Amino acid sequence: MLKLTLRNLFARKVRLVMSGLAIVLGVAFLSGVLVFSNGLSSTFDSIIYSSTPDGIVRPEQTSSFDAGGATTTQTISPEAVDQLAALPEVARADGDVNGIGMSLLASDGTLVGGTGAPTLAFNHTDGPNMAGEPPMGLTSGRWPTSPDEVVLDDAAADHGDYALGDEVKLLAPFGESQRTATLVGTAEFNGGGTAGATLLVFSTEGAQDLFLDGANAFNQVSLTAADGVSQKALAAAAAKVAPAGFEAVTGDQVAEESQDAVGQFLDVISTFLLVFAIIAVIVGGFIIVNTFTILVAQRSRELALLRALGASRRQVTQSVLLEALVMSALAATIGIGIGWLLARGLAALFRAVGLDISSDALTLDAQAVVISYAVGVGVTLVAAFLPARRAGKVAPVAAMRADAAPVRESLRRRTIIGGVLMAVGVAFAVVGLVGAGPGPDALWIGIAAAIWILTAAGISSVIGRPVLVVCRGLFGRLFGTTGRLAGENALRDPRRTGATASALMIGLALVSCIGVLATSLNASVDDVVDEEFTSDFLVQSTNFLPFSTSVGDSLADVDGVATVSRQQWTGAQVGDSTVLVTANDAAFNDIYDLDVVAGHQDLQGDEALVSKGFAEDHGLKVGSPLKLTFLAGKALDLEVAGIIEGSETTGDVSIPLDLLAEAGVPRQDTSLSIMLEPGADPVAVGKAMDEAVASTPIVAVYDKQEFAESIRDQVNQLLYMIYGLLALAIVIAVIGIVNTLGLSVIERTREIGLLRAIGMSRTRLRRMITLESVAIAVLGAVLGMALGLVIGVLLRQALKDDLTSLGLPLGQLLVFLVIAVVVGVLAAILPAIRASRLNVLEAIATE
Amino acid sequence: MTIPSHPAAAPAARAYDLRKTYGAGDSAVHALAGVTLDLEAGRFTAIMGPSGSGKSTLMHCMAALDTPSSGTVEVGGTDLGRLKDKDLTALRREQIGFVFQAFNLIPTLSAAENILLPLNLAGRKPDQQWLDTVIDAVGLRDRLGHRPTELSGGQQQRVACARALASKPSIVFADEPTGNLDSTSGAEVLSFLRRSVDDFGQTVVMVTHDAVAASYCDRVVFLADGLVVDEIHDPQREQILEHMTRLQDLAAARSTGA
Repeated sequence: MLKLTLRNLFARKVRLVMSGLAIVLGVAFLSGVLVFSNGLSSTFDSIIYSSTPDGIVRPEQTSSFDAGGATTTQTISPEAVDQLAALPEVARADGDVNGIGMSLLASDGTLVGGTGAPTLAFNHTDGPNMAGEPPMGLTSGRWPTSPDEVVLDDAAADHGDYALGDEVKLLAPFGESQRTATLVGTAEFNGGGTAGATLLVFSTEGAQDLFLDGANAFNQVSLTAADGVSQKALAAAAAKVAPAGFEAVTGDQVAEESQDAVGQFLDVISTFLLVFAIIAVIVGGFIIVNTFTILVAQRSRELALLRALGASRRQVTQSVLLEALVMSALAATIGIGIGWLLARGLAALFRAVGLDISSDALTLDAQAVVISYAVGVGVTLVAAFLPARRAGKVAPVAAMRADAAPVRESLRRRTIIGGVLMAVGVAFAVVGLVGAGPGPDALWIGIAAAIWILTAAGISSVIGRPVLVVCRGLFGRLFGTTGRLAGENALRDPRRTGATASALMIGLALVSCIGVLATSLNASVDDVVDEEFTSDFLVQSTNFLPFSTSVGDSLADVDGVATVSRQQWTGAQVGDSTVLVTANDAAFNDIYDLDVVAGHQDLQGDEALVSKGFAEDHGLKVGSPLKLTFLAGKALDLEVAGIIEGSETTGDVSIPLDLLAEAGVPRQDTSLSIMLEPGADPVAVGKAMDEAVASTPIVAVYDKQEFAESIRDQVNQLLYMIYGLLALAIVIAVIGIVNTLGLSVIERTREIGLLRAIGMSRTRLRRMITLESVAIAVLGAVLGMALGLVIGVLLRQALKDDLTSLGLPLGQLLVFLVIAVVVGVLAAILPAIRASRLNVLEAIATE
Repeated sequence: MTIPSHPAAAPAARAYDLRKTYGAGDSAVHALAGVTLDLEAGRFTAIMGPSGSGKSTLMHCMAALDTPSSGTVEVGGTDLGRLKDKDLTALRREQIGFVFQAFNLIPTLSAAENILLPLNLAGRKPDQQWLDTVIDAVGLRDRLGHRPTELSGGQQQRVACARALASKPSIVFADEPTGNLDSTSGAEVLSFLRRSVDDFGQTVVMVTHDAVAASYCDRVVFLADGLVVDEIHDPQREQILEHMTRLQDLAAARSTGA
């Protein structure tokens, strides 16, 4: 039996390749994502461990990667550092100065690093990491020794087009924004690479100039343990002499915190990619079901003969499953190989957007291999199980019958079960819509969506009929008999057509649903911008990080500018939770008329404005006290002066700008709102402002339209990325169509021979097969788009707080339909050529 | 060898020194070893011969389904040797009707649609009067809307016959049209082919090894080893059987003698 199975398998090489291809692609994507994710986390792990010392003394409530633009003015004095160094447990203590918000400009004045990975600026010390090695290694030149010298990482020097000795252009986050320094060396983390981050290494004095206004102080202290002193003992000893407001922590803890923080970000990327890999695998599963069903149907005479010769049902079923096993094992092996290459492709893609993964980190580990095999083989076996069982049911007498098509149970049972499941989906959707269930409403709708999509895939043979009938009519009208025959062929075996179309349906349902959400998001953005963009111009950095206040100073000098209102965003703690705080200057109230629910918008002294949601969560009323604790450990005791509806122009808590100094937050601007003088020409002033900030490419001046466009661009960028990832599912679906058509052509050899004999030309024959393929593709597209639209609209409804407007991507849907037709035409190329090359005589003579 | 043609009719198709060889050198098989044959218009001709005599190959070559190794075939005055696949397809569609032994109909189309298929493929308007005549002749008017699976074997073959005649072809080739039928259904099909020659003036050529079927014909041509070896006009069943038996004996003697 084993021998027979293997013979069968290799006797049908083409089928093997085609069915296997679906698995190959699915597994390739999966293993590629796994390898890439591993590479991602190991790259960051090695950087984190190689750059963390034995212990750190830092301001309380810090964790190394707690980015988001929150910085502190709290510093530690050189005396405190000396005191730490004097401890017997401490071998050496190095004061660190680091700052974010620094940017590197290329020699041509453009921004290096862009919007992806951060730019890290810090001072160089000789302090070793926890492994006793220097955290960084020079690749050329020397370390900076004077304040006007800088060391860059290799990639940054390369992108910025700087050579040793060149004047490097920098943008500082505080004070005078444009600075220069001489490049004296290039360096890298000892862990390898920089993961795409841009590194700016200064002398201690230089860093103090930039970030601490020249004060001889430090942000934190790196500790190196004396011989035989554990990290814990080191931290405990340091804690005793650490100044007030500072804490001593072990290097392990810092590394762990960093991993957690980075891990969250990496998990998002990995999960995101993994979701698409899973979709690809599921779509591949549908194709396997279909292929094996057709193969079993075509071989039913052969299987019956086996049964007649004495093979048991079990043996027949097992032989089919064995065939699936061998095929999937082969396909998974190839898939894993391709996946390894794909991971490199992904790394290259992410490198392009600024996340640099070294290729050395992209290794196939045992886990990725095991998961890939398990999924590839598992999905194939599950998918092949039903067809295999059907194979076992072929009656021995079928071998004697001329027409050995297996008896098919009617579609009725399927329709009824499908109907019930659809209704269950509706129930979930209703719960989600009226918000009756626990958990987020969108989740209920998501469950309904999953039920609908899978059920629709199961009963596509029933619900797809009307679409196919329309296709038949349309083709008949457009292409005469050829079209009519194609339509009939698509309708001939609704299960097969439906199952083939299902793969495409899943892909397009997701694509359309995402399309609806993205279009709604864009429409909602337009609404919000329309309503809340009340200034003439808005100035923000491209990644919403704070920038130097000097930008606002230079804009205030532009002719025609009447008011520059400044706003700074920062983070603070209220109780255990973190809240986004906006600090607004007085002019803010002249420009923005917030929707005040209670109290007043104008803040005097120690007053705060809170959003309605925040007030409800924290039980605040007008007049309630509110304590905000900032990063430096300093706190503000405020009184709630007003409650407003949530708005995009403010965070949950707003405070007067001048309170920030008291909170220990260094002054920067996050957003500038600009009003023009009456009668000023917006175009001319806008141009003048563009010129004023030209030397600071991290910020941009937006008018209302440009601002909405910049947000739409971001939404669309993400949308196209998702479309790109879903394209793989579509490619797999195309393979499914090729496969089904190819098998159908084999099955209909005699019929094709007859058509050729009685006068159908090769061209028409090819057209007939192409049209059948188009019918399948259009069926998948129409069902998918209908489902996607419904799901998208329902999800939008559940998320209506954020997605205030419903947008339907009608243009895109039309494009999808055209793509489906193109997909159909492409999928038919090989089967059509094969059919038209059939020798008429042999075809007629085929049994 | 010259076969005296029927003086009353011009040939609807003719073969001249037709040869078809499979393989090469010592292992070459000559399916047709030089056949020259006129098939007169308006007559019902049977081609008979033992298995392997080349009768099917002859039909396939004359019906533009296969290309001979050498020699010429003319159908309706056109030399097939000069035609490309596209023109051959058009010729089959317009000048030739086919009835095969089995699997004659497209399962997705109704009986009426099957009958009209060659006309539709050619983009020609059917001659409704002629069509009615044919449909009534095969006696399937009440079955036109049925799919092939809803028809009996005999009915299916009659639909195939109607399709073969629908485009008023120069010649109809039938390959064992009754091979899969019981004798009653077979008789119906043969009577219809006979009528189409007698009443409508069609030309029908039938490959068969059934003496009863051949007895419906005006002329029987006997093939052996790729050559025309004999023929009889207005045959009787017994006459045919005698010829067949003799041919088979000869073949048996040769194969044992060789």
